[in-house]
Amino acid sequence: MNIYADNAATTKLSKSVINEMVYYMENVNGNPSSLYETGQKAKEALEDARQRVANILNCEAREIYFTSGGSESDNQAIISAARIGEKKGKKHIISTAFEHHAVLHTLKKLEKEGFEITLLDVHEEGVVTPKQVEDAIRDDTALVTIMYANNEIGTIQPIKEIGEICRKKGVLFHSDAVQAVGHIKVDVQKDNVDMLSVSAHKFHGPKGCGILYAKRNIVLTNIIEGGAQERGKRAGTENIPGIMGMTKALEEAVASIDENAQHIIPLRDKLIDGLNSISYSELNGDRYKRVPATVNFCFEGIEGESLLLLLDDKGIAVSSGSACTSGSLDPSHVLLAIGRPHEVAHGSLRISLGDDITEEEIDYIIKSVKEVVEYLRNMSPFWKDLMSGKRQHVFAE
Amino acid sequence: MALYSEKVMDHFRNPRNVGVIENADGVGEVGNPVCGDIMKIYLKINDDQIIDDVKFETFGCGSAIASSSMATELIKGKPLDEALKLTNKAVTEALDGLPAHKLHCSVLAEEAIKKAVKDYYDKNGIEYDESKFPKDHDCEHCCGV
Repeated sequence: MNIYADNAATTKLSKSVINEMVYYMENVNGNPSSLYETGQKAKEALEDARQRVANILNCEAREIYFTSGGSESDNQAIISAARIGEKKGKKHIISTAFEHHAVLHTLKKLEKEGFEITLLDVHEEGVVTPKQVEDAIRDDTALVTIMYANNEIGTIQPIKEIGEICRKKGVLFHSDAVQAVGHIKVDVQKDNVDMLSVSAHKFHGPKGCGILYAKRNIVLTNIIEGGAQERGKRAGTENIPGIMGMTKALEEAVASIDENAQHIIPLRDKLIDGLNSISYSELNGDRYKRVPATVNFCFEGIEGESLLLLLDDKGIAVSSGSACTSGSLDPSHVLLAIGRPHEVAHGSLRISLGDDITEEEIDYIIKSVKEVVEYLRNMSPFWKDLMSGKRQHVFAE
Repeated sequence: MALYSEKVMDHFRNPRNVGVIENADGVGEVGNPVCGDIMKIYLKINDDQIIDDVKFETFGCGSAIASSSMATELIKGKPLDEALKLTNKAVTEALDGLPAHKLHCSVLAEEAIKKAVKDYYDKNGIEYDESKFPKDHDCEHCCGV
């Protein structure tokens, strides 16, 4: 059996998206900035895509900027808000401890420039509260940036309520919605966000394509200087096949949100129950406030990379937040942020299901994880120490 | 290119000498759970100071398990003084290389063996040169805890 269960990392292009991209590669080769017909044909396609994206996110076409992906959108949103704030003497930014590195590293950069960064605690549930945001806002707060849904554990944040507070206090609000758009309903008006980051390849669109929504009164700061593309805010000849493929993928994903959720959620819950039956294991993040497809577990006594390699041998593609897989010495900052100790965070596993997952595949995943965890525990001196009482368990049996 | 060589994957998938030796003559454990790897080596040593049997238990990533497996293969049936000469480089080479950030796994394997031999010397009142054996790792330099 072959199961791709790492859809939070990236997704497969859908057939119709491939067809759409191929159509534009074959037929629309002009540069949208050129004045002759083939150029203008590309320009028309581009502006059509912009309007269709705007319809979905519920904003105006001129508020949509096409970028190279979620990371670029996050960078530009945060830097822009910082520059706007700076001019008014506001150099304080609020975020959370478990944001994507595209956000955290940009904030680190601003910190070196003299900005003060407050990272809110996300608690054991992996959810920040609107009250925390309200309490953290100061007169000099330039921006609140909080992810819509966490990429590793899948927990959804109370974006609408946080947005309401930001509006009331007159503070800009950005949300990295890379794991949300196409999977749950996102509406920039209802959600009270001023800026929003989107990545195409998380909803069966192409890699290297993304969206930045920025409310019309926000003056963006260029990250890429050059030509006058994207209303002068993002230089570089537009990636027409990518943008058209992304738009198609977005429409398809949004149209099937309810249908996908109805199909995936019961299967995801079965997976959670199945993995919970493994002794000394725990689900990471709130059980209910989560995107439909993402499940993240910690298993005591084993290390995540060996777990994922052995699952790969069984045909299951998943990821882990262990230090060994991250290529750094520390395990996932997300798992540490929800209070998992290092020794437990090393034994983590993220399973993010595809829309077409079947019950048979869920049964196979549960069975395989059980087998591999047991096998690895049997050769783990750490596990033996836990079972003999020489070391203390973190989880209950 | 795959993350690991065929050799690493072979020793990871089919680790040699996994297990425990009851009443082992020497036992060495290195690493800690906070850093994400622990290796434990058990030695059975005969009167001629030859390693009759060796077993290991490892908590860790693919290369940690493969390094333990390879290291045990390299010292099985060998005289103690030869086992003491095993370097992490030899383990890495025998595995057809490890990614740079995984080299510490081979270091752990070398140290676990030395620690097991030291344990044997201590138990049997055999004198040895302390400086030739690794000191216990403190975790601070390796994972910043």
